[in-house]
Amino acid sequence: MNSQSGMAIKAEGLTRKFGNFVAVDSIDLNVPKATIYGFLGPNGCGKSTTIRMLCGLLSVSAGRAEVLGLDVSKSAEQLRTRIGYMTQKFSLYEDLTTEENLQFMGQVYSLGAGKLRRRISQLLDTYSLFKLKDRRAGSMSGGQRQRLALAAATLHEPDLLFLDEPTSAVDPENRREFWEKLFDLCDQGTSILVSTHYMDEAERCHRLAILESGQLRAEGEPLVLMEQMGAHVIELEAENLRVLKTRLLDIDKIKSAAQQGLRLRVLVDRSIENPVTYIQQALGSSLTCNVVHPSLEDVFVTVTNGERQ
Amino acid sequence: MLSIRRIHSIVQKELKQLSRDRMTFGMVVMIPLVQLLLFGYAINTDVRHIPVGIVDLSGSAVARVITQAVTATQVVEIKHHYTTPKEAEQAIVRGEIRAALIYPADLSKRLVGENVLAQWVVDASDTMVSSAILQLRQMPLDQIIVDPKLHRVTHKPNFEVALFFNPTRRSAVNIVPGLSAVILTMTMILFTSTAIVRERERGNLELLITTPIKPLELMIGKIVPYIFIGLLQVSIILLLGNLVFDVPINGSLFHVYAATLLFIAASLTLGLIISTIAKTQLQAMQMTVFVLLPSILLSGFMFPYEAMPKLAQNIAEMLPATHYMRMIRAVVLRGAEVQVLVYDSLWLIGFSILGIVLAAFRFSKRLD
Ligand SMILES: Nc1ncnc2c1ncn2[C@@H]1O[C@H](COP(=O)(O)OP(=O)(O)O)[C@@H](O)[C@H]1O
Ligand SMILES: [Mg+2]
Repeated sequence: MNSQSGMAIKAEGLTRKFGNFVAVDSIDLNVPKATIYGFLGPNGCGKSTTIRMLCGLLSVSAGRAEVLGLDVSKSAEQLRTRIGYMTQKFSLYEDLTTEENLQFMGQVYSLGAGKLRRRISQLLDTYSLFKLKDRRAGSMSGGQRQRLALAAATLHEPDLLFLDEPTSAVDPENRREFWEKLFDLCDQGTSILVSTHYMDEAERCHRLAILESGQLRAEGEPLVLMEQMGAHVIELEAENLRVLKTRLLDIDKIKSAAQQGLRLRVLVDRSIENPVTYIQQALGSSLTCNVVHPSLEDVFVTVTNGERQ
Repeated sequence: MLSIRRIHSIVQKELKQLSRDRMTFGMVVMIPLVQLLLFGYAINTDVRHIPVGIVDLSGSAVARVITQAVTATQVVEIKHHYTTPKEAEQAIVRGEIRAALIYPADLSKRLVGENVLAQWVVDASDTMVSSAILQLRQMPLDQIIVDPKLHRVTHKPNFEVALFFNPTRRSAVNIVPGLSAVILTMTMILFTSTAIVRERERGNLELLITTPIKPLELMIGKIVPYIFIGLLQVSIILLLGNLVFDVPINGSLFHVYAATLLFIAASLTLGLIISTIAKTQLQAMQMTVFVLLPSILLSGFMFPYEAMPKLAQNIAEMLPATHYMRMIRAVVLRGAEVQVLVYDSLWLIGFSILGIVLAAFRFSKRLD
C-alpha cells in the first residue's frame, strides 16, 4: 500500500512518554522513498527517541507509524532485515577489528559466506577502510569509526537507513566526504533519515523536519522553508551593535537579533510590510539596512521562537 | 527457527573478545589455581606431620611394629629417638618436637591384660596438635600386632587393618571436588551475569537488537564459550588435586564431565537471568555474590548437608551448587555414575532449560 504512495515512513500522532515527560509529542511524518530526510533540532528535542520508535526499539505511547509499509508496533522483526541503523554512540565492538565487526554483523544478518566476502571487500573499498581492515575499532579516530559504522549499517543493503547524528564526532573535511557517500546511497535508491544539529548539513537534505521539545515545528524542502519563512531578514551595519541589539529586542515585531561580526542580523515579522523603514523609524534613519536572503538558521530561529539573542 | 549460523557468530565473537581481554582470560586459569592451593594447603583442617620423638625402653619387636603403624598414619613424623623420657621432655620444651611416644620396659608383658601399652607425652598448647594425637589413641593396636612370633591378642581377621590406616583419610579429598563446585559457581555466574549488561553499558546492545538476532540465539551464543571454560577449570582443579593432594578420581572421567556439564549449564543460565535483570555490571556482580555466598556455605562444601537445620537444607536444595556437590563427590570419591544420581541430574537439567527460557523471555529486543 505504501509502495504506491512512495513513502518510506508514514507516522501519525507519533508520541512517546517517559513517565509524565513527553519526549516526542504527536508527530506526523511523511518521508518519501529514495530521499535524504533530515531531522534538525537541538539536543534533547526527541530526535533519537523518534528514530528508536521508527526502528521498533522503543514502544510507541500513542499514535502509529508505518515503516516500509509495515506497522512498527506489530512487525518490528520483519523490518529488521530491511532497515539499517547507525546509532548516535558508536555501537560496534571496540575490541574487534574492522573486518571482524563487519563479518559478525553480516553473519547476524544471515548473509551467505560468498556474498558476505564480496560485500565486505566492496565496503572496505567504498569507505576507504581497506588499510584499517585489521585495526581494532577502539583505536580508530572518530571519522574512521563513523565510516565503519556506516559500512556496517549498509552491509545487508537495507532499503531504509536511520543515521542518528552520524557526523557529531567528525571534522568538517570528513563530514563533506560522508555526505557524498550518503548521496551515492540515495542515488542507488536507499531512503535515508538523518538527524543533525548542524545547519549546513540540514541544508543538504531533500526534505527536513525541524523539531523542538518533542514537537514538529516545520517541515518541507529547505529552500521552500527559507522562502516561506514567517520573517524578513535584515542586516544592519553600525557602531555599538550591542546597544542597538538590546533596543531592537524590546520591539514587539522583532523576532530576533544576532550579532555576526560587524553586522547585526535581524528577523522582522512578516506582518510588517516594509521592514527597513520599520527599523529605521525605530532606531534612526541614518542606519544602513539591507534585506538579505534567509538562511536555514533564520528559519530555525523563527519556527522555534529561538531564544531572542 | 533458530539459526545455527547466528549462534555461531555470537560464539565466535565472544571467544575473540575473551581472548583479547587478558584480565578475564587470566582469571579463568588463576581462580581455580589459587583457590585450590589456598583451600588445599592453608585451610587444611587435618593436622599432619607433627614432629615427634620416640623413647623405647622395651627394645621389643612390638614397639617397632607400633611405631611403624603410627608413622603410617602420617599424622606424626618421627624426628628423633631418645633414650630416656627426660631427654624427650626436654626436647619438647625446646620445641624440637611436639610430642613423644614412650614405650615402657615391660611392653611385651602388658600385651596381655593391660590396657595401656605406651604413653604419649604431648605439648598441648596447640589444641589442633593435641587433638590429632588424641585421635591416635583410637588406633586399633590389637589389630596391628599380628606378628606370628608375638602373642596374638585378637581373633579379628588381620585384613581389617588396612581400613583403619587408609592413608587418604584427609579433608583435601573431600575439599577438592567440592571446590570445583564453588569455583564454577563463582566464575560461570560472574562471566555470564555481566555478559549482556556489558553490551548494554558499552552501547553494543542498541545495535544488536536492531538486527534479526533472536533472544534465544543470543542467550545460547553467549553461554557456549563459557562451557569450554568451565570444563577447562574443572580439569585444572581435578588434575592439580590429583597431582598435589593425591585426590583420586574413582569414577570414570566421562561421568565427571557429564555431571560437570549439567552444573555448568545450570550456572550459566542463572548468570544469564541475572544479566537480564541487572542494569549495571556492578549490580550483576552484587547479585552474583548473593548467590555465591549460600553456595559456599550451604551446599555441603563447608558443613555437612545432613548436619544443617531444616531451613538451611531447604535453601540449599534451591541452589545448583548443592546438587552438583553431591554428584561430583559421589562420582570422584565413590565412583558412582551419573545415572545413579537421577534426582540431582534431572534437577540440574530442568533448572537449565527453565532458566534459559526465562532469560530469553526476559530479554526484550526493546530499550524500554
Ligand atoms: N530512556 C529514557 N528515559 C527517560 N527520559 C528519556 C529517555 N530517553 C530520552 N529521554 C528524554 O527524552 C528527551 C529526548 O531525548 P532524545 O530523543 O535523546 O533527544 P535528541 O536525540 O534529540 O538529543 C530528552 O529530554 C531525554 O532526556
Ligand atoms: Mg540524540
